[in-house]
Amino acid sequence: MRNYLLSVVIWLPIIGALLVLSTGSDQRAPLARKLSLIFSLATFLLSLFLYSGFDVNTADMQFTEKVLWVSTFSIYYHLGVDGISMPLIILTTFLTVIVVIAGWQVIQEKTAQYMAAFLFMEGLMVGVFASLDAILFYVFWEGMLIPMFVIIGIWGGSNRIYATIKFFLYTLLGSLLMLVAFIYLYHQSDTFSILQHHSFPLSMTEQMLLFFAFFSAFAVKVPMFPVHTWLPDAHVEAPTGGSVILAAIMLKMGGYGFLRFSLPILPDASRELALFVIVLSLIAIVYIALVALVQEDMKKLIAYSSIAHMGFVTLGFFIFSVQGIEGGLVQMISHGFISGALFLCVGVLYDRMHSRDIKSYGGVVNTMPVFAAFMMLFAMANAGLPGTSGFVGEFLVILAAFKVNIWYAVLAGTTLIFGAAYTLWMYKRVIFGEVANEEVRGLTDISQRETLCLGLLAAMVLIMGIYPYPFLEVMHASVEHLVTQATASKL
Amino acid sequence: MEFNIQPILPEAFITLMACLVLMVDVYVRQGRSICYLLTIIALLGGAYLCWYDLATESITVLNGMFIDDIFSDILKIVICVLALLVFVYSREYSKFRELFQGEYFALGLFAVVGMMVMTSANHFLVLYLGLELLSLCLYTMVAFQRDSVLATEAAMKYFVLGALGSAMLLYGMSIIYGLTGSLDIETVRISVAAQASPDNLALILGLVFILVSLAFKIGAVPFHMWVPDVYHGAPTSSTLFISTAPKLAGFAIIVRLLVGGLEDLHFMWRDMVVILAVLSISIGNLIAIAQTNFKRMLAYSAISHMGFMLLGVLAGTENGYSAALFYSLVYVFMGLGGFGIIVLLSRAGYEADELEDLRGLNKTNPWYALLILLLMFSMAGVPPTIGFFAKLSVIQAIIDVDMTWLAVVAVLFAVVGAFYYLRVVKLVYFDSSPDEVRIIEAPADMRFFLSVNALAMVLLLPLMGPIQELCTQAIASVVNAF
Repeated sequence: MRNYLLSVVIWLPIIGALLVLSTGSDQRAPLARKLSLIFSLATFLLSLFLYSGFDVNTADMQFTEKVLWVSTFSIYYHLGVDGISMPLIILTTFLTVIVVIAGWQVIQEKTAQYMAAFLFMEGLMVGVFASLDAILFYVFWEGMLIPMFVIIGIWGGSNRIYATIKFFLYTLLGSLLMLVAFIYLYHQSDTFSILQHHSFPLSMTEQMLLFFAFFSAFAVKVPMFPVHTWLPDAHVEAPTGGSVILAAIMLKMGGYGFLRFSLPILPDASRELALFVIVLSLIAIVYIALVALVQEDMKKLIAYSSIAHMGFVTLGFFIFSVQGIEGGLVQMISHGFISGALFLCVGVLYDRMHSRDIKSYGGVVNTMPVFAAFMMLFAMANAGLPGTSGFVGEFLVILAAFKVNIWYAVLAGTTLIFGAAYTLWMYKRVIFGEVANEEVRGLTDISQRETLCLGLLAAMVLIMGIYPYPFLEVMHASVEHLVTQATASKL
Repeated sequence: MEFNIQPILPEAFITLMACLVLMVDVYVRQGRSICYLLTIIALLGGAYLCWYDLATESITVLNGMFIDDIFSDILKIVICVLALLVFVYSREYSKFRELFQGEYFALGLFAVVGMMVMTSANHFLVLYLGLELLSLCLYTMVAFQRDSVLATEAAMKYFVLGALGSAMLLYGMSIIYGLTGSLDIETVRISVAAQASPDNLALILGLVFILVSLAFKIGAVPFHMWVPDVYHGAPTSSTLFISTAPKLAGFAIIVRLLVGGLEDLHFMWRDMVVILAVLSISIGNLIAIAQTNFKRMLAYSAISHMGFMLLGVLAGTENGYSAALFYSLVYVFMGLGGFGIIVLLSRAGYEADELEDLRGLNKTNPWYALLILLLMFSMAGVPPTIGFFAKLSVIQAIIDVDMTWLAVVAVLFAVVGAFYYLRVVKLVYFDSSPDEVRIIEAPADMRFFLSVNALAMVLLLPLMGPIQELCTQAIASVVNAF
């Protein structure tokens, strides 16, 4: 079992998706829902074995599998996880369960297709984090776009078609340049193995060109300023579940890509261009936060807040210290919980009122006190309140930035003000005050199903905020190894 | 010299069966179903004979005019299978349009023989004969709907331009003959190798004419004008035929002529093919965006796919040729599925060839919608479909010969291409259907084969290794024969 655990976690949800899809019409929707819950839960529980069986003392790949796939190009079905990818896999399987539960009653049309799309995506996303072969990675990375494209396009809002095509083409363009980079690396090194690329010597010009090819893929995915414009559109139009997965996991793939490819394969170019990436990250942190401040639409506001938070992640990565990278990783996981939770909160309101405009709300606390309490926690966590997971990552990154350049830290630190400003101001306008209108007066508080989703996420946010050690422990050895790779020269 | 009949047995069998079909059509009343059955048997038998006799080494017969190697055997099997599927897919469609006739099957079988001769040609004249046999059958198949103005116009256009292309081929061959004194591809190869130099203008002239005619036959820009009109105007069953197997035969003569005969001129034809490939990929993909007719869109998509295939050819390495072969094999099955869907959706007196006809298909027929989704993503080259691996192998081949810029150009236009494939998915999945609910009825065998055809886009992934190896072997059998 241990030898095939990763394959099981990848393929079980995909098999589940096929089964769910075969239930067919909406008359059998209850069966489709139950099946998807069973498969997502089973996948999540199995993925926990990745944690319990994980050896924290080594930076080597664990749970590896390697089978020859296409001999003419020496493409292998090569899987394995280290401390960087393992937590992200568990985040993926955890959030898929949440998304399935969250879509339980909301999705009444083509339920089977909806649930199947998320299960397909789960398998493919785990595959992205577990692949150690560049082509296998690429297959999962691009394959994931198809279910997301369909999710936004079918169950999205009014402008969904524009949003989903923009999303697809934007990411496809970036990724294809990465594919060219992979083939170039293969041409030079005669292997698609990512681990062998890590130690393959490359000249500075090669590194620079490859860096931009990778950058085009990862920066679009993260997304970094100025290629972030697809995200607000995609988020606003996506159904709640789609937004949750998009913000909580897909964005993390860009960050993961930097750690798995750019930093170790192209260390010299990464250091050379670190300032470039850091400046873009700081622009995201400061400028995008200001943009978030003026948003009228709750989903758009959270989308911009995601971009700002991901700026922290890339800032932490390109400082090249253990602290910075760990901070960035913790920030990725924490942001997965928090942004997911906030999108669920907006989803809860949207299902009742069919509006995402901040000004249609006001005084929601009077009718939905339990919901207001949950949202308070997530809003505070988004603003980086100590004791919540949002604080840990931001604190580590700012600390690491301080050691390099005080101005990085000062500019990054503004997020504590701006983040609090836009999140809490939105919270105040939506939740507090007089009851705004008759529709708000008629609201009912969250159901048990919704409480379960938000409760699980709230627990994770608090656990990670109060006792982050288990998360830091698993990634430590791998991050240290990565830092030695990223600071060594390949010239 | 001992006469060995074994290598030409498949061609001989199908030719005899075609004659039999003609006889049955004339003498048996209501013999059309028998004709259909005989056609199926002929194609199955042809494929089986090629399979049974799968060459381990190259054999030449008929005074070295006809060559039987792994390359030709594999292509012949695929050509027979493709033609078989074409007839199965279009059975109902043809019945409604009075195309279900003995002549139609006989023409199809003769076309198959022509293609098989092309793949096995080891002599300029044999190659030309095969090509003409194929072309004449295709012209007639396009014009088969006598009362359709569109089809007649398409056939005229096809005939005139096809004749022009053939003439250029003949002219190019005659120049090469003048220089080498032989029509035999092997002799030509040796003689050309001795006089290959950038200053040999006559040789360049011959090469240009041959290349232009090849570009005509596979429909590469700027010799593509006939493709959209013919694909659009012809009855869809004929389009289905034209867009699949002949592409493989076209690829075969490219390999026989450029790789087999004129490989020593690679330094000359490489740049010419670069121009053809870049233009085909860019113009094919750009113009496809503006199409509202599904058949025309697929026609332009075919042009761009031929451009991608040429990328592998121009690399000029064994690796590149086998990538091009793989690309062609993948493409013909994608094209077969794509036009197969149009045939499937068409009813009596109603052609479902406008993109609008696909609107909201997911509501009424989720299974067919899924098949279209798979085919479109495969054509766009998005993993995890097999179309991605086709693009991967050709791009890998050109990066191998240090033409990374070309790879970047190809990749950028692949994104442009993705747009119109996505638009089809959008129409099928995201748009609401028109008021009337269309229940699509199709015979079970067609449903089955079309489903397998589309699902193969993902189900073949685990078999990628063996398929690629087969392509490498096939190309090796051509390249190493010398």
